Amino acid sequence: MGFRRLAAGLVATALALLGASTATGAGAPTAHAADQKVLRVAVTTTVASLNPFLASHAADTEFGRLMYEFLTADDQKDQHPIGGLADKWDVAKDNLTWTFHVRDGMTWSDRQPITSRDIAYTYNLMLTNPTAGTANGNFVKNFDTVTAPDEHTVVIKTKRPQATMLALDVPIVPEHVWSKVTDIGKYTNLQFPVVGSGPFVLTDYKQDQYATLKANPTFFRGRPAIDELQFIHYDNPDAAVQGLLKGDVDLVSRLTPAQFNALQGKPNIALNKAQGHRLNDLLINPGAQTNTHERIGDGNPALADVTLRQAIAQAIDAKTLVDKVYGGYAEVGSGYIPPVFSQYHWSPPADQERGFDLAAANRTLDAAGYPKGTDGIRVDKTGKPLTLRLLGDSGTATDQPSSQYVKSWLGQIGIGVDVQMVSSDKFSDAGVAGRYDLAFGSWGANPDPDAVLAVQTCANLPDAAGNGNSENFLCDPDYERLYAEQSAELDTAKRAEIVKQMQARLYELDTSVITAYPNQLEAYRSDHVTGFGLQPDPGGVITQQNGYWGYYYAKPAAAAEQSAGAGLGLLIGIAVAVVLVAGAALLVVRRRRVNADERE
Amino acid sequence: MIGPVSTALAPDLAPPTTPGGRGGGTVRHLATKLGGAVVSLLMVIVLGFFLFRVLPGDPVKTITRGAPVGPQQLAALRHELGLDKPIAAQFVDYLAQLARGDLGESYQFRVPVSTLIGERIGPTVLLVGVATALAILVGLWLGTRAAWRRGSRFDRISTGVALLLWSAPTFWLGLVLLTVTGNLFPSQGLINPNTPAGFLPQTLDLLHHLTLPCLTLVAVLYAQYLLVMRSSLLEEMNADYLVTAKAKGLRDDLVRRRHAVPNAMLPTVTLIFLNLGLVVSGAVTVETVFSWPGLGLLTYQALQGPDLPLLQGLFVVLAGAVLVMNLIAELLYQVIDPRVRAT
Repeated sequence: MGFRRLAAGLVATALALLGASTATGAGAPTAHAADQKVLRVAVTTTVASLNPFLASHAADTEFGRLMYEFLTADDQKDQHPIGGLADKWDVAKDNLTWTFHVRDGMTWSDRQPITSRDIAYTYNLMLTNPTAGTANGNFVKNFDTVTAPDEHTVVIKTKRPQATMLALDVPIVPEHVWSKVTDIGKYTNLQFPVVGSGPFVLTDYKQDQYATLKANPTFFRGRPAIDELQFIHYDNPDAAVQGLLKGDVDLVSRLTPAQFNALQGKPNIALNKAQGHRLNDLLINPGAQTNTHERIGDGNPALADVTLRQAIAQAIDAKTLVDKVYGGYAEVGSGYIPPVFSQYHWSPPADQERGFDLAAANRTLDAAGYPKGTDGIRVDKTGKPLTLRLLGDSGTATDQPSSQYVKSWLGQIGIGVDVQMVSSDKFSDAGVAGRYDLAFGSWGANPDPDAVLAVQTCANLPDAAGNGNSENFLCDPDYERLYAEQSAELDTAKRAEIVKQMQARLYELDTSVITAYPNQLEAYRSDHVTGFGLQPDPGGVITQQNGYWGYYYAKPAAAAEQSAGAGLGLLIGIAVAVVLVAGAALLVVRRRRVNADERE
Repeated sequence: MIGPVSTALAPDLAPPTTPGGRGGGTVRHLATKLGGAVVSLLMVIVLGFFLFRVLPGDPVKTITRGAPVGPQQLAALRHELGLDKPIAAQFVDYLAQLARGDLGESYQFRVPVSTLIGERIGPTVLLVGVATALAILVGLWLGTRAAWRRGSRFDRISTGVALLLWSAPTFWLGLVLLTVTGNLFPSQGLINPNTPAGFLPQTLDLLHHLTLPCLTLVAVLYAQYLLVMRSSLLEEMNADYLVTAKAKGLRDDLVRRRHAVPNAMLPTVTLIFLNLGLVVSGAVTVETVFSWPGLGLLTYQALQGPDLPLLQGLFVVLAGAVLVMNLIAELLYQVIDPRVRAT
């Protein structure tokens, strides 16, 4: 086989591949008018499913909120419950029967009327079909019956009083579409345009490439200011930042402090340092157990002593972690509910706040019977040296640097620390099985605190097969009583009071030390887009809201000159094609010439 | 890329020593090789199943990440996915499914594995295929010339640059290219959603998106072809038949092209086919930097969790591609090397 024949073959193969891919792989997106007002958003996480009954990942649910309105919504300014598909509601004296009035005159994006029957259909589907409850079944598990006596009324009867009735994060789907779906588990929900009730309608989706959503002209709050929303997939966050600088996308979120700092002062880039929804903490394993209270895992038994846990908590300097590890892009940790949910957030009053005090922690441990050995490491009550394993997730950027600070602080109170950084999957396995002494944790909270409070209850302890959702195997009678009380308290102010008592109880128990509430860092092209509706406002996020306000209120910047890139792209594409064809031609010509030479 | 697979399944390219008549020998030889490939594939299926079950991570926890689910829901999902059955029962289910030609359904995406692989194989074969073709062309051309003028400035520079690029981290090289090219090339993906429908604009947009990932891949790949070609040509250059050719008065160019290169090509062709088998496994790092929706990226996503049916399906398809390419290499070797045919 001669080199030239090989070369010609390879070039032909390459061109054939290109042709085939264009014809089959790339598909044919709809033609695009140049005057469309488009907002392009970078997505850096995987979208797993756009079926609202299965979708639970952050990007999936963000799409779901844009496509489907819920029964009620969370206010843009302060996140209190406001009307969604329902505009009025009341609860009977028994605290069990809720009557929702469905707004008049609303239609689905296919102009069919939205009625109470769609709402009853959605909830009943989740009650009767376990697959439909995959993502959001927890919201309805206390429902007894859901009925639609007329087309403007939904009546929900609950088994026990339920405080979260105005925080049901369940996308309501159109019955006339979904009643024809035979297998919810296999339905991808990609029949474009996807019939919905939210501010945008999904019109195209290519997994791990892009999704396009067009403004819904029938949206009951009014049509959004932009015509189209495009979510552009990036696997690599650094490439997404490059995409923002190049103008390929208009908005990037989930930035790291380093990326955020690097974007400061760049022309036409505006930054949004927002209060985040997450709490990060250091877990102290109090003794892992199953839901039948059998001991599992291999946590150090000494940590069952609350005095030891309190001394550890006193040796953690959350302020230093925020300054050094988070680069200042976080709020200093205190109570369990993040301060962005100000109604429910609690922080210890001055007389209860233990503060960072190594000397006091040392005194506490001396008095509690943990004497220091000759090597400076304390021994526990069985005479064993007090050395703890600290488990970190190598996929979480803050775990490794945080671990070094924790190790140093605990060293100063005579507790040895053996840092173990493992993969995310291994980390998760060890967490479920209770195989750690100390570990870093993180939870996302919602405007309604119920879900994040629930992870500290006995009901979420794992069964023998590891099915559980407990943060740190806590099962405390006082906390349980308060949890039950808040679940049934329909008066918001009273409920908030109970939720604060629960946080005070967690603070006493010290099974976890809240270290930080990380900021959500976002950046956008101020020359392309403006007017994002922050939630809460001021200080809130644009993306990953409990709502759609960020995108809904976005509008083109006055100086916006969009889609200049497409023309340039076409030219460069042509140039690349010319280079390829010229290269192939050159090969052929040379081959002919050489053949001629050889004949001479 | 799946390095261990390539070594484990490397073809036995030694000339066959089967005695007997030529026609019968070839058929028997072929049947042996084909049988070997089938046995290898069966081993891959078994190995894949048990290998991935050793991976850490609970698929049920991964699927429900972010959702406020309770223990009962998790248990129900575990049951639905069949993960509450003993491993042996799961293996039997898996074999029965495979026998029906069904690769199962992805845990996280909830769509058939074959659909996912079908969607992703095109972009990967396009990117890695074009890049491999270009890398072979560039590598062979430079390697031939470097060897012919051994020790020259051209040899030193081209070999040096190739080694430098070969050792550069792919991830870093991709990001550098992305940054320095400014607005000339898109930062991600296969196609811009705004590109009008129609063959020409779609092709041009695809080319536009293909350029940077392809350049990155060519830059890191071509060195191996250059080095193999250079060293095998150097070996041939001391051979007597080249002296004879030169003595006949043939031009230097013709001596190289007609006499030296065809003989030096043999090890290179082996390398080419070994690498062609790996084309489908993609290039995880390049696909990640440029968000190229290919099989490499899919493999990476499948490992998070882990998404067992997807991993198993990918493993079978990727290993199958290596096996097929090795078989083709065996056959082709008989065609291009008369010495193999003669035995």
